[in-house]
Amino acid sequence: MESRIRIFTGHFGSGKTEISINYAVNLRNQGKKVCIADLDIVNPYFCTRDEKEYLESLGIKVIATPKEMANAELGTIPLDTLVAFNDKSYDVVLDVGGDDQGAVALGQYNRYFNMEEYDMYFVINTTRPFTKDALGVMEYIKDIEAASRLKVKYLVNNTNLSYETTIDHILEGQKVAEEVSKLTNIPLRYTVVREDLVDSVKDKIQNEVFPIKIFMLPPWRKYLD
Amino acid sequence: MAEKVLMKGNEAIGEAAIQAGCQCFFGYPITPQTEVAAYMSRRMPKVGRVYLQAESEVAAINMVYGAAGTGVRVMTSSSSPGISLKAEGISYIAGAELPCVIINIVRGGPGLGGIQPAQSDYFQATKGGGHGDYKLVVFAPASVQEMVDLVQDAFDVADKYRTPVMVMGDGMLGQMMEPVEFKERPKKELPEKTWAANGLRGREKHNIINSLFLKPEELEDHNNKLQAKYKEIENNEVRYELYNCDEEMDLVIVAYGTLARICKNAIKMLKKEGINVGLIRPITLWPFPTEAFEKVMDKTKNGFISVEMSCGQMVEDVALSVNGRKPVHFYGRSGGMVPTPAEVANRIKGIVGGAK
Repeated sequence: MESRIRIFTGHFGSGKTEISINYAVNLRNQGKKVCIADLDIVNPYFCTRDEKEYLESLGIKVIATPKEMANAELGTIPLDTLVAFNDKSYDVVLDVGGDDQGAVALGQYNRYFNMEEYDMYFVINTTRPFTKDALGVMEYIKDIEAASRLKVKYLVNNTNLSYETTIDHILEGQKVAEEVSKLTNIPLRYTVVREDLVDSVKDKIQNEVFPIKIFMLPPWRKYLD
Repeated sequence: MAEKVLMKGNEAIGEAAIQAGCQCFFGYPITPQTEVAAYMSRRMPKVGRVYLQAESEVAAINMVYGAAGTGVRVMTSSSSPGISLKAEGISYIAGAELPCVIINIVRGGPGLGGIQPAQSDYFQATKGGGHGDYKLVVFAPASVQEMVDLVQDAFDVADKYRTPVMVMGDGMLGQMMEPVEFKERPKKELPEKTWAANGLRGREKHNIINSLFLKPEELEDHNNKLQAKYKEIENNEVRYELYNCDEEMDLVIVAYGTLARICKNAIKMLKKEGINVGLIRPITLWPFPTEAFEKVMDKTKNGFISVEMSCGQMVEDVALSVNGRKPVHFYGRSGGMVPTPAEVANRIKGIVGGAK
């Protein structure tokens, strides 16, 4: 049974925001009432809050620090994050900042997590130098669990090299993610694959493939049309 | 070929420095470059080198002065307001002829400004910043890969000329993630650091590192020596890219850093409408690539446009290089606003005709 609250954590730069946005859009497409909260207190740029307009146009509630405050470098958590916990009519996606520093943002909501089930996903990208092998990944899982006071329930293989991603990268990452899964007994739930690569990779992966569209783009890739 | 990894620009700066043999890093956090210090704090102790978070930017740059004086490779990093604080130390380092690498991941100014990307530290980087007749070599990468390569080159250029080198990128370059490769670098022939204050080592007298000259004659001699060195740098170290400059052009854009990538897309958009625009991308902001202008001067119908994320700074060097021979236009956004390719294209259409 899937929990109402989904949390995406992982090493800084593993792709949590892209997955969170896509996940929220998928839930919405299943006809659910969706709310996404940007709890990233680490990154100044390339955050869920940058896609607020688009997400709201789909009818998704976006909980995010207002733009003028987001640039104030206060490491602020949006005030209305409690809506995600209290209004149980929402299916919730929590996009959390990277590493243990980012996961700290979850600590204050501990009592809510004690009251209700949650699915915490740990996102793995093995092209990131510090999480290139199982040992590195497990170190981050340990640190993030300690900082958030929560337990990782599922692993996500999101191995990619941005616009240079090949099938080989995904499959290399898959090996590491499977090894982590074996060593930690945490199931590998999704393998994230950019939409255009899905067909050439789906037969090579046992678990569910999660196709994504990329949102966090610099201006020279974003407005090319 | 080394394996490619995915890194944030700021992290890549740190790793590039480590692989270039940087022995000491002194820094102080400031958005949007904090990840440089964060990365160094994690990695430097693991490779047996020195990471120290100073109590301020002023302290950090003076630690750089001290470490550089002993002859080791040293780097510091900051963003605009922090570089202002370091300016005094940079002048001392230039005066004392010490090699070091300074990173500036630029945010909007003046004052505390904002944390979004900008290019408004062009004057500060290329025209002084600190006091006295000195110059900083300034590299302006446009991608995370180029950032890696230029940080490593910066250490070599600094050692070769005994001079501080700045690598300047806008906040976007520090924050974005791109694939990078840390290439095997051929060993450069660099002069031995016989001047370093690192003990006698068989010398009769201690080496002294200093920027104080009480006799005006001596200070003038020292200045003349620095100027001769800067001339040599101007002759040897100019770098730039010419893009789409082979044929007759309606206009030539001059832009650096990530903005040059936006301009390249504007050029592609304009091409579809039959407007041919070239690009001069300075890679060294000082020495400024004046020679690039000679190569396109006779091929551009409407002259040049300096496109900047500032209120018009590089345009002065563009005008000096063009020297009245062709019109020089300007388009800039500031405060952390990044122009889109369409905005740049529209501005150009306003100049060459075909505006909507």
